Amino acid sequence: MARPAEGFAEGLRVITANRLDSGAVVWFGPGDSWAHRIAAATIFERAEEAEAALERAKAAAAAGVVVEPYLIEVVRGDDRVRPLRPRELIRSLGPSVRADLGIQAGQQQ
Amino acid sequence: MTHLQAGPYHQAGQYHYDEIDRRFLAERVEQFRRQVERRISGELTEAEFRPLRLMNGLYLQLHAYMLRVAVPYGVLSSAQLRQLAAIGRKYDRGYGHFTTRQNLQFNWIKLVDVPAILDDLAKVDMHAIQTSGNCIRNVTTDQFAGAAEDEVVDPRVYAEIMRQWSTLHPEFTFLPRKFKIAITGSPHDRAALAIHDVAVRARRLADGAVGFDIYVGGGLGRSPFLAKLLREGLPEADLLAYLEAVLRIYNQYGRRDNIYKARIKILVHEVGIDKLRQQIDAEFERIRGPKYRLESAIVDAIRAHFAPPPFEVLPDEVPSVVVAMTGDAAFARWVQTNVVRHRQPGYASVTISLKPAGGIPGDATSEQMEAVADLAERFSFGELRVSHEQNLVLAHVRRDALHALWTELGKHGLETANAGLIGDIIACPGLDYCALANARSIPLAQQISERFADPERQHLIGELKIKMSGCINACGHHHVGHIGVLGVDKHGVETYQITIGGSADEKAALGAVVGPAVGYDEVTDKIERLVAAYLDWRLEGERFIDTVARLGVKAFRERVYGPAA
Repeated sequence: MARPAEGFAEGLRVITANRLDSGAVVWFGPGDSWAHRIAAATIFERAEEAEAALERAKAAAAAGVVVEPYLIEVVRGDDRVRPLRPRELIRSLGPSVRADLGIQAGQQQ
Repeated sequence: MTHLQAGPYHQAGQYHYDEIDRRFLAERVEQFRRQVERRISGELTEAEFRPLRLMNGLYLQLHAYMLRVAVPYGVLSSAQLRQLAAIGRKYDRGYGHFTTRQNLQFNWIKLVDVPAILDDLAKVDMHAIQTSGNCIRNVTTDQFAGAAEDEVVDPRVYAEIMRQWSTLHPEFTFLPRKFKIAITGSPHDRAALAIHDVAVRARRLADGAVGFDIYVGGGLGRSPFLAKLLREGLPEADLLAYLEAVLRIYNQYGRRDNIYKARIKILVHEVGIDKLRQQIDAEFERIRGPKYRLESAIVDAIRAHFAPPPFEVLPDEVPSVVVAMTGDAAFARWVQTNVVRHRQPGYASVTISLKPAGGIPGDATSEQMEAVADLAERFSFGELRVSHEQNLVLAHVRRDALHALWTELGKHGLETANAGLIGDIIACPGLDYCALANARSIPLAQQISERFADPERQHLIGELKIKMSGCINACGHHHVGHIGVLGVDKHGVETYQITIGGSADEKAALGAVVGPAVGYDEVTDKIERLVAAYLDWRLEGERFIDTVARLGVKAFRERVYGPAA
């Protein structure tokens, strides 16, 4: 759970939240949709873009789709994106102690 | 909930709901069902809904909603445990997590299912009320209450009285911060009194009547304090009046401007125990009177719920146990650590360890819960306990049935012989589940318990309590671990601070940092070196905590980190 290896591009952001009805972890994707995998998230390289998208995500929260969307830092490399911080990495996969549970196990909450 | 009457779950050693209790719970479930509907429809915002869901024990954690179910003072009937198992299977992922607050948490709950879950809980007289929020939380106690050989007063009676007093108490629903009360009735403290906002030590006064020593201001978190003696020898009749006075003063003067300074421990620290005592005593004298008087008839009526189960008259020494221990080293080890003496001759209390080597502390599958429920019925009058050390307890087992019980436990992976040993680790859910955590705790606990998995080695080391938290909130009680481990996030990297010398019993102490914080991969090695130093240095009969007290932290620091640390 250390920082990602050198060489990963940094300064990238995605928006995440939990679904209101199920609590499932979701990410803000194309067309202002909510995806169940971080791979489908829209990646923002510029802060202004990210903030604008966050406003739209908050509108989705106000409409009762998701709860408390927020921006997280991600890194991209080897054709994949993953959260920078351990907390968000675990959210994107599932508990590190139960590989049979969560997104890593193909479960949709 | 003061109307006493037997209900359908009228089993030994448990308070029984009456129709008024049940009607209240049914209404509460319906109320929350409507609140959920209004939230889903958009009528309620999250800001409006959040306090309502928290009042029903529902958190939003990393992966899903988490529902914390109240287990009053850790006592469960077999029927209740069976229902928890069923809920785990139907609405969660087939397991539950027993906590240091003697409660149970489900980690994979959907909001839309919660009304149905609360409905199922209410069917067995259970709920999730006051398991969150700034109110008086579940009153906790000694897991061997009503059975312990050293017990002077049965704390369950007063825990139940405090539960009834604090449940939906209109004045104490929005306190400055959460409020935790623990009680014991034994000189040996198994309930970690010193780390609670208020701690009650029940004892016999000089005239033989029940009385209480009241302690206040204990708590862990970023500012750890041990509770200080507030009142000695409080008469039984004054218990609720005095607690009412404590809570009123806290409610009035506790800080609401800073969440980190809102617990009563900070008030005690800032105002001083003597001045606070004056204020509490003045309020106590003002309100003392018939309204708050705890009448002996009420105490007797509650005590009747906790009457001893129908014990048989048995000899205390059971030759068959000795024979079995002689012939089976594994059984002998289990008896040595997981079986304690009972006040009733011929009986014993059994700790069912939820800490198998490499396992997740406090987790039990639905199948295991059902198995324990069955065993509670076969071996312990249908009643069991949750300990704050995240294990289960069958409190009243015939000594001549111990081998049969151990054999049955073994069929379900519940026979681990490590109660109180290095593998019996308290660990909070940490970053694997908890939205507040900064670092993982569970996998470290797994790593340590695997490193010390050899039962002979564990028994050789003897009593050693490791407690581990994944953030400064200290749900894993790391400050009072013989060895404490605190996980922090240091620039995006999980880092761990190790303390030694803490204790949660009647000689409570806060641990001291033993050396610089270390990375995730170094923690288990450091602990192994601490243990090796102890084994080298211990005198005859000394526990780890005794050797630390004798030699001091510095000696261990130099041994583990080198003289320059």
